[in-house]
Amino acid sequence: MAYGYYPGCSAHGTAKEYDISTRKVCVKLGIQLEDVADWNCCGASPAHATSEELSLALPLRNLALAEKQGLNSIMTTCSACYNRLKVAHETVKESPETLDRINDIVGEPYNKTLKVTHFVNFLSEEVGLEKLKEKVVKPLKDVKAACYYGCLLTRPPELVTIDADPENPTIMDGIVEALGAEAPDWSHKTECCGASLALSRTDIVVRLSGEILKAARFADADCIIVACPLCYANLDMRQSQIASRHGVDYSLPILFISELMGIALGVNYDELGIDKHMVSAANMLREKGLM
Amino acid sequence: MIYQLNANVRNFGETISELSGVDISTCYQCGKCTAGCPVVMEMSHTPNQIMRLIQLGLKDEVLSSPTPWLCASCETCTTRCPKEVDIAKIMDTLRILALKEGYKRKEPNVVAFNKIFLDSIKNNGRLQETKLAMAFNFKTLQFFKDMMLGQKLFMKGKISFSGDAISGVDAVKAIFERSKGFLDKGER
Repeated sequence: MAYGYYPGCSAHGTAKEYDISTRKVCVKLGIQLEDVADWNCCGASPAHATSEELSLALPLRNLALAEKQGLNSIMTTCSACYNRLKVAHETVKESPETLDRINDIVGEPYNKTLKVTHFVNFLSEEVGLEKLKEKVVKPLKDVKAACYYGCLLTRPPELVTIDADPENPTIMDGIVEALGAEAPDWSHKTECCGASLALSRTDIVVRLSGEILKAARFADADCIIVACPLCYANLDMRQSQIASRHGVDYSLPILFISELMGIALGVNYDELGIDKHMVSAANMLREKGLM
Repeated sequence: MIYQLNANVRNFGETISELSGVDISTCYQCGKCTAGCPVVMEMSHTPNQIMRLIQLGLKDEVLSSPTPWLCASCETCTTRCPKEVDIAKIMDTLRILALKEGYKRKEPNVVAFNKIFLDSIKNNGRLQETKLAMAFNFKTLQFFKDMMLGQKLFMKGKISFSGDAISGVDAVKAIFERSKGFLDKGER
């Protein structure tokens, strides 16, 4: 059975490699993904900061389309998309009145039948860590991979439920460990990177993301593992600015969880799109004997 | 600072509770929201101060504060509040109300970013990142912002001047037309 896949806008731009590596990894795992046809942007933060109805209607159109396509579930790799899709789904599930109102706005009925998941809980629940372990051909020995969850994967915990503990989530740590790497405990797992202030208040993003890199370095991490294009953009693409602002060049590779998996599952380095990063992971991977 | 209270005290608090669906009266000023806020050092009013100002009905003070615009929507406050006050939701409500009522933009770049972002979705169905960054720089007169980064991204094949669009763009446009709370009248 095919799983519905919602790539999100960044997957076609600044986070191309997340999309590329996710598809490769799913092939390795024998998972068939089916894109939601003609999907639209979830609205992200600007929608909920402008109109509550818009913030529910934009994601709901995608859910309605997926249902119409005959899908039972919708999986996305972006934390922000996941957050908006899940919040919309839960909100209309709770309130029939809201569902009617938003269905009228969308013009396509949503019948609340979908299971909305993020790639991370999809891997841990639908695929399972045991199966994942079996598929590993190149265990990530001696790799210390700090898992960064950020905000929208874990909060608000009543609606967004990938992990039982929003303050110290461990679901990604479990995946990373199944790949043979070490997932250190560290202080900034769920601290905010500045998220949507990326362009409008870049100074804030540079400060907050700098703190995250510093904490990962302090935990002696070889790389930071992310599951969100926005976290990635702030932590990877802003590193040279962080270096000039803080006077410390962390040169810390930021890898999508799908990329790390790809390496462990034996996908060729060239096919994962890792060379598209601003901070190269090549040296680290070479040092660990992984390429 | 000395605040002058008036007869509208109750009304503003009630308006916010009604619009957000969040009972603001239960906040007892423990300050946990502020302690966990990642952007608090940039704020002239901390999140708990905003909550208290709402309770006191100080509408102008609240709606002209930059705080809601600096809020990164990380939801740490909402997650940790011992009284289950959805503070992040209140920040959304304040942003929407401030736009509607034409309060002066204390963080004009954030307002500009949101608008350009939504325009991109309205016109294409999807966000076109490259065009968003260019339009934002143009609108905020920062022509050279992130130019070096842009060049590097171009080399990595991540810059696209054509951009994604969907065939259901009219359906998305209709969603924008029908959604309420979309009334940016500009500064009064």
